[in-house]
Amino acid sequence: MDRRMTIKWVLAASASWPLLGTGVAGAFTAPTLRGYGSDPDLSQNYRPGEPWPLSLTPSQRRLAQTLSDIIIPADDRSPSASAAGVVDFIDEWLSAPYPDCQRDRGIVVGGFAWLDIEAGRRAGHDFIDLEPGAQASLCDDICDEARAGQALKEAAHFFARFRDLTAGGFYTSPIGRLDLGYIGNLPQARFDGPPPALLKSLGLA
Amino acid sequence: MPFVTAETQQRDYDIIVVGSGAGGGQSAYTLCMDGARVLMLEAGRNYSATESSMFRTPDLAPLGGASTPDKPFGFFDATVDGGWSVPGEPYVRASGEGAGRFDWWRARMLGGRTNHWGRISLRNGPYDFKPYSRDGLGFDWPIGYEDVAPYYDKVEMLIGVYGSNEGLENTPNSPAGILLPPPKPLVSDYLLAQRAKRLGVPAIPGHRAVLTRALDHKRVPALLHPGNARAQTILAADMRDRTPCLWATPCGYGCAIRANYQSTTVHLPPALKTGNLDIMTDAMVHEVTVGSNGRANGVNFVDRLSGKQRHAAARVVILAASACESARILLNSKSPRHPDGLGNSSGKVGRYLMDTVGSTLSGQIPLLENLPPLNEDGADGHALYVPWWLYREQRAGKLNFARGYHIEYGGGKRMPGAGTGAGLEWLTGGSYGRQFKEDVRRYYGSFVGFDGRGEMIPNEQSFCEIDPTVKDKWGIPVLRFHWQWSDHERRQASHMQTTFAEIIDAMGGRIPHPVKTDGAEAIAPGGSIIHEVGGAIMGSDPKTSVTNQWGQTWDVDNVFITDGAVFASNADKNPTLTIMALAWRASDHILERLRRKEL
Repeated sequence: MDRRMTIKWVLAASASWPLLGTGVAGAFTAPTLRGYGSDPDLSQNYRPGEPWPLSLTPSQRRLAQTLSDIIIPADDRSPSASAAGVVDFIDEWLSAPYPDCQRDRGIVVGGFAWLDIEAGRRAGHDFIDLEPGAQASLCDDICDEARAGQALKEAAHFFARFRDLTAGGFYTSPIGRLDLGYIGNLPQARFDGPPPALLKSLGLA
Repeated sequence: MPFVTAETQQRDYDIIVVGSGAGGGQSAYTLCMDGARVLMLEAGRNYSATESSMFRTPDLAPLGGASTPDKPFGFFDATVDGGWSVPGEPYVRASGEGAGRFDWWRARMLGGRTNHWGRISLRNGPYDFKPYSRDGLGFDWPIGYEDVAPYYDKVEMLIGVYGSNEGLENTPNSPAGILLPPPKPLVSDYLLAQRAKRLGVPAIPGHRAVLTRALDHKRVPALLHPGNARAQTILAADMRDRTPCLWATPCGYGCAIRANYQSTTVHLPPALKTGNLDIMTDAMVHEVTVGSNGRANGVNFVDRLSGKQRHAAARVVILAASACESARILLNSKSPRHPDGLGNSSGKVGRYLMDTVGSTLSGQIPLLENLPPLNEDGADGHALYVPWWLYREQRAGKLNFARGYHIEYGGGKRMPGAGTGAGLEWLTGGSYGRQFKEDVRRYYGSFVGFDGRGEMIPNEQSFCEIDPTVKDKWGIPVLRFHWQWSDHERRQASHMQTTFAEIIDAMGGRIPHPVKTDGAEAIAPGGSIIHEVGGAIMGSDPKTSVTNQWGQTWDVDNVFITDGAVFASNADKNPTLTIMALAWRASDHILERLRRKEL
């Protein structure tokens, strides 16, 4: 998404809060880098920032951390999103030169700007400085595209996309795999299929 | 010296094989095992399955391994320098981006697309070789199932295919002792089998080129190479070196233990051991050269490393560059004797391009929620599939489309990926926080996916030709694609969607959106199933086909085609096994003709 489109998006999302002149639009500069190419070294372990530089600003990363940990907080089974490296994952994703990632960059960076403006409108603070209850209240309004009113449609679309990226970063991490109880990817001498007792309990034996 | 360069190539080759995938690999294997001297030319770089990303996890890849334009099947997919677009090697879509869209997948690497393919290995049945005789549409092949069956047997024994013999209509059994045992089904497979059966839809073990146990190296070599002790010794040793499946890590990463079939792990190693095969990679063939008598004497190629034009010579040229690339080479091989391209006196080169009809639907199955941890990697899916089951209804005129499809199916608690947990709002109402974590756990492994794979009937509007102006970075004129589905394909795609929804319903499941009953919306773009065949179809009349039943061009008797270009129809069965069977059959014929000094 180019800068003009992003401004248009933000205006559409919050017509009473024009962003022109606020300096927010300056954060939308898209990276002009190349991807990893069609023959990358598959044996290397890639850390975020290695295939292409990360590009979110420190304040955007703080917001990404706050929001991803609201979406995937620590619980008794696993740590939070940011503890699993999700902020770096999202930064890498939004900094990537591929068209889908660039589209997501426009959605997410625009959504970040909206979130702070909306938080300021409601409580006079940036989103990360709101009380947890106020953060939740704002998230409740935009967490479901189907239920969000017309005025919040674009914000809800941003939230949905950000939740997808948070989940993608979390569940591709070793922490996320463990959380889901994934126990494959191990060499085995034989594959016996599901236990007969399980099949029986499901009415499939 | 098995790997050669433009400088070190020999001058006494019997046969040049262009391409190193299923067709080229099988051709080289068959020819070299019987003593022919072969030069294989591959446009892409050298590749070994030891480069495979086996066991590597998404956190080690950029973007969690998600697909990108650089790696359309994900970061760890084995494909090198390939995809829907290849840098510097464009093609043109004459029918635009809408319903006439055609996408061309290529891979520039030794072994080609066999390194990443799905390993689904289905035989065409008797009907599939005589479709015109059955319903008056398309073309009959000049051969029947009985001609190809012995070669299906051989290929299955050589590469190793699991499956079962069910005796279903037009779904051939293999002779006893050939198929390897199918893998155990997953929970979701058992559910499919139980519920689809209630709808009269059979779910039976799939057929894939994966070793579920070691190949019988004591018995098979003698069956494949009777009277050829050296070939038997080489093959027996090679079969001993292949390890059965270790029930983990996707086949598409490439298999370093050689448990599945890819040309680079199964066809090329024994062929190289004969000493009869030279392989030149980075050799982009663009023209078959002919002598003053009009017969082929070799090929022109670009050495991609130096960018220079080079020539290689042989008595026979085999094209196995993939259906469209082989058509492109023929069309670019213009000479006074062949002004419209080599083999093109019929005007049929590039014509009757076909892909597979594809349509997809996934559903969520409450019965599969919150299952205990299970290792469901198995043999990488396709434990069960649904062969086309409505032959009788089709014969009775009860369906509004002419040809069948099979259903590929998948589910299970597979390795979480960049899409895990995404798009769940229709189930969760947009949960976040602790509830979201609970929801992802609940739904993980409860999704099932259905892919219809159907027969497309060849038509006059789907073809490729040389674009008059566009050239690739090597200066080689590129292909321009024309594409059009007919009502048969669109209605078939609509039927797929309705059927998938019925099966999901019978499984107690649900789907996020209303089913797409408009076939034009349900059908995947041309080329996107990567089963493109045709473009140099075989037939019994030189006026209406490009080759005879041996893949030998009617116009030039020492040029053969052993890839999917020769397919006269594109049955719902995935084409790779048939490509290999036809390549073996054509190569046997070439050997015989060489022995008789007729080539």
